[in-house]
Amino acid sequence: MRLRWPRNTRRAWAGLGAFALLVGIGTVGLAVADDAPTVRRVDRVLTMPEEPGSERTVGIDTSYFVAESADGGAPRPAVLLGHGFGGSKDDTREQAEALAADGYAVLTWSARGFGASTGQIGLNDPDREVADVSRLVDWLGERAEVAQDGPGDPRVGIAGASYGGAIALLAAGHDDRVDAIAPAVTYWDLGEALFPNGVFKQLWAGILFTTGAAAPIGGELPAEAGVDPGCGRFTDELCALYQRVAVAGASDPEALALLAERSPAAVADRIDVPTLILQGQHDSLFPLDHADAMAEALRANGAPVRVEWLWAGHDGGISESGRTEERITAWFDRHLREDASADVGPPFRVTRITGFDTTNGDTLLAGASGDAYPGLDGEKTGTVELSGEPQTFVNPPGGAPAAVSTVPGLGGLGGFTGLGFLPAIDFPGQFARFDSPPLTEATRVTGSPTVRLRVSSDTDEAVLFGKLYDVAPDGGSESLPAQLVAPLRVEDLGPEGRVVTFRLPTVDYPFEAGHRMRLVVSSTDIGYASPAGTARYTVALDDLRLTLPTAPGVATAATPVPWWVWGLPLGALAVAVALVAPRVRRRAAVSHDPGLAGTPLAITGLTKRYARHSDRYAVRDLSFRVERGQVLGLLGPNGAGKTTTLRMLMGLITPDAGEITVFGHRVGPGSPVLSRVGAFVEGAGFLPHLSGRANLELYWRATGRPAADARLEEALEIADLGPALARPVRTYSQGMRQRLAIAQAMLGLPDLLILDEPTNGLDPPQIRAMREVMVRYAEGGRTVIVSSHLLAEVEQTCTHLVVMDGGRLVASGPVAEIVGTGDTVLVSTAEPMTDAWLATIRALPGVGDATDTESGVLVRLDGAGPETLVAALVAAGIPVSGVMPHRRLEDAFLTLIGGA
Amino acid sequence: MTTSPADQREPAVDPFPPAAPGYVPRRTLPLRVEAVRQLRRRRTLVVGLLLALLPPLVAVAFAVGGAPDDSESALLDSATASGPNFAAVCLYLSAGFLLVVPVALFCGDTVASEAGWSSLRYLLAAPVPRWRLLTAKLLVALAFSAVAMVLLPLSALGVGTVAYGWGELRLPTGGTLPGGEAALRLALALAAIFVGQLVTAALAFWLSTVTDAPLGAVGGAIGLTILGSILDAITALGDWRQLIPAHWLFAWLDALQRDVEWNGMLRGGAVSLAYALLLVALAYRHFARKDIVS
Repeated sequence: MRLRWPRNTRRAWAGLGAFALLVGIGTVGLAVADDAPTVRRVDRVLTMPEEPGSERTVGIDTSYFVAESADGGAPRPAVLLGHGFGGSKDDTREQAEALAADGYAVLTWSARGFGASTGQIGLNDPDREVADVSRLVDWLGERAEVAQDGPGDPRVGIAGASYGGAIALLAAGHDDRVDAIAPAVTYWDLGEALFPNGVFKQLWAGILFTTGAAAPIGGELPAEAGVDPGCGRFTDELCALYQRVAVAGASDPEALALLAERSPAAVADRIDVPTLILQGQHDSLFPLDHADAMAEALRANGAPVRVEWLWAGHDGGISESGRTEERITAWFDRHLREDASADVGPPFRVTRITGFDTTNGDTLLAGASGDAYPGLDGEKTGTVELSGEPQTFVNPPGGAPAAVSTVPGLGGLGGFTGLGFLPAIDFPGQFARFDSPPLTEATRVTGSPTVRLRVSSDTDEAVLFGKLYDVAPDGGSESLPAQLVAPLRVEDLGPEGRVVTFRLPTVDYPFEAGHRMRLVVSSTDIGYASPAGTARYTVALDDLRLTLPTAPGVATAATPVPWWVWGLPLGALAVAVALVAPRVRRRAAVSHDPGLAGTPLAITGLTKRYARHSDRYAVRDLSFRVERGQVLGLLGPNGAGKTTTLRMLMGLITPDAGEITVFGHRVGPGSPVLSRVGAFVEGAGFLPHLSGRANLELYWRATGRPAADARLEEALEIADLGPALARPVRTYSQGMRQRLAIAQAMLGLPDLLILDEPTNGLDPPQIRAMREVMVRYAEGGRTVIVSSHLLAEVEQTCTHLVVMDGGRLVASGPVAEIVGTGDTVLVSTAEPMTDAWLATIRALPGVGDATDTESGVLVRLDGAGPETLVAALVAAGIPVSGVMPHRRLEDAFLTLIGGA
Repeated sequence: MTTSPADQREPAVDPFPPAAPGYVPRRTLPLRVEAVRQLRRRRTLVVGLLLALLPPLVAVAFAVGGAPDDSESALLDSATASGPNFAAVCLYLSAGFLLVVPVALFCGDTVASEAGWSSLRYLLAAPVPRWRLLTAKLLVALAFSAVAMVLLPLSALGVGTVAYGWGELRLPTGGTLPGGEAALRLALALAAIFVGQLVTAALAFWLSTVTDAPLGAVGGAIGLTILGSILDAITALGDWRQLIPAHWLFAWLDALQRDVEWNGMLRGGAVSLAYALLLVALAYRHFARKDIVS
């Protein structure tokens, strides 16, 4: 997996040309959901005079969107949506449908010379394009479903981006019937946009002109008479203007006058409707100062104005169209529909980048808002001192090579301009440079920094480009905020030069503490025309202070955390509690039978089925008791259910039925009374990496009981491991583990000791010792349970017996009782036994009975000892070859379990 | 073994006490004891060594093969800029998979390894209450995981500072942070990684109560984590991917943005925590009444 750093700057320019439509591109949003009303669209071509009073007409291609409303078509406000330069009414279709679904009558149109509309491009000529909009308003004034303020005066708002934003402003200025507007990324003064501070914005101008002159994609130029292929759809007047200034590389008064007349600035004093201004931070065509001029003029007219600095502009950037469309809708809800609850947003909002989304590399935008629009000079101003000697640099002949800041349409070369990775390019000898010391604290510049410079030139004039770089502490990386550059033409410098105030690009940019600011003044920029002749400029700081506007009142709102960030864990917690709680409650049920308090073990009706065989029983209806001081043998063949019983006794397995009480306390998982039980069941269980001693010590510490109660040394004596105690258990033999495990079971001298097959793997002397240990353990009033399938073991150590087979109890009681009283010996003879000899034996004194069996004569002694019997037999002349004690229990055992 | 009457401790008051003297359920299996039991295991040492030795290895690799020059990732690019940068890069290199392993190992091993050694039944019969056993084991396993996670960046910070000097952290999104704050940010990133790994921990823990094979639990947890990463790569799942814990695997990089971006870390943490709660609850529920046959 690779980290993908943000790189999805949307190419605003792509395809359509320079006046790209940023607001309104490609969002359907949630507005057109399934339950949205059906929107009907009607396309019409409206015929309009080419100019007021003209005989000739143009056809304006329109689309009209109205939703079928539930209230039977009550009058609704109307919205006109304008498109960008090079676009058509199709660009705004989705926004139109969304607005229509929200209850507006929406009319979109292709401006003259664009889309399917005929006519020539007049750059929003008041007599042409603006007049067209008035006629569209006329048309709306005749619609029954459109709310009317008066006869022929519909309630109407206009929104649009770029070219369409300008027409919104212009229409509001020229036509009093317009009630609210929302212009986006547009110009206030077209002359100022194309000739900022008297410098020709050559590259942008060229792109615009080409876009308008070229045939629309997939279409042809109108075959009207007198169309000059070099001018395309432009009016002759505009075509001539462009050709003139492009050759001159500079404006002329005539051109400026024409552009001024077609700009919203021309009707500045007549735009007084509520206006939502959306301007892009990454916009070298219509930079933020156009929005500023707009806001200032409209506010002077008393119009409600809100300003937003979007992230994206004509240079590209990340589109926020979904959010801005919502805001535009809210704006119209408030000012057209007069819905007081509509949230029109803060008076000033600026989009900032807070970082990026680590899961997909998307850039994260957040809005910072303020209670007032701070303007270009900010709410407050700070200063930072620059240093640098006066520097002289040249304007190269022909203006090439040119420094690079923004290349229009390439979105700042596709780089991540906001956080500054892409250095702009300045050519040596063509710029002057002034650095600040490292900033002592982080400074966010919101507005347009200014600096006073003394400029002189050997040509009496200078064309300069100002940039304010952010220089990282390592000195290596310098970044140009928003990739913007400010041009300035200074004339009449005279021999001494002149002091000028240089207004740098308007940005919203955080300079980190420790970073430097670097002012670069260069003689060229790729976007602009600079003088063709060689020139030598000298630039010096007239005032060391660089003025920095800031807006501390504009704060970034925390990105809202979705509800599930809290909801999900809380929900999971609730489910978790529900999952665990019933078990806890069941555990709390403890039963106690005081009557059995003195009984080490009482088992009643114990039943356990095998986990996967509900019809097969591991233990079935088992009941027995063990009293204090007993050594109980639990005897049975393999599979008799002994171990299962012992596991239930240890609380490891839960019985299906019946109960086990130890000293009167019912045993379940983890019952405290188990602390009085020591157990060794089915082999040892140790941590192989720890020594035998550490295992026992840690086991005891795990019980949480006082260390002194452990009797560790006594237990270790039983284990008899010697120096091996210090070795890891994994090195132990089977017998050593066995002994250690039995020692562990005896830790703390439990009242009930359970040993499962304790002598397995022990050698004979150890077996004998173990038997002694068990017997002695019980002598102290404690109780021992020994399970075994070996008869000898239980026979020699146990006082009582429980015999199990097939999960059932076969017999229980004292050993003698089960086996029967009296001693029996097996007498073998050298010759086959005869009936006579048998009779003789039976007649011997002290003999109870004698039975002939295959292996010999079974003699039950009744008073006589074996030695007496042998003497008597020899005396009677019977050839005795052997006398041995009979394996009484084995017989009993086999009989009891009905076996072989 | 000798038992004389004097040895017998028959309490004077209650001749038949409900538990042995000094036995208190909630004092069983103290955390310290459980930690000691696990600490000297070879796998603990191996994991520790692995994580401590990775940064020097990476540093050697950079020294031999040259510092990374990756135009895709500014973070990797700046690996040799300073100690904090090196630590961030080591975290970045290991967060995807390496750090999952100790967590899955420590948590997946908890109950299953005791079952494997047969020591589980003796602990439970001691008796250590089952909830207590799970709690102690989970807490100790989480603590071990946390230590393992801290070990790596700490070692990286040390190695990086020795090799490249102490300095500011060059952020992947541009800009820098002074060294002191960078260390804090790394700590925050580490905390975010830890919370993000809780889901793996809980999954391994639950599996550990289900199976008696420790490797099954560890492998299962790692396997499901990988599965999550694969699912997350299917972009067609859209917003549903937010519910996949692996979706937030790198949310901790939010701590290394110029301004800490809490949203991603909070979301990732919420998803991880939610799953972890459910899985741990399942573990407790399952283990509470489970028949111990190991």
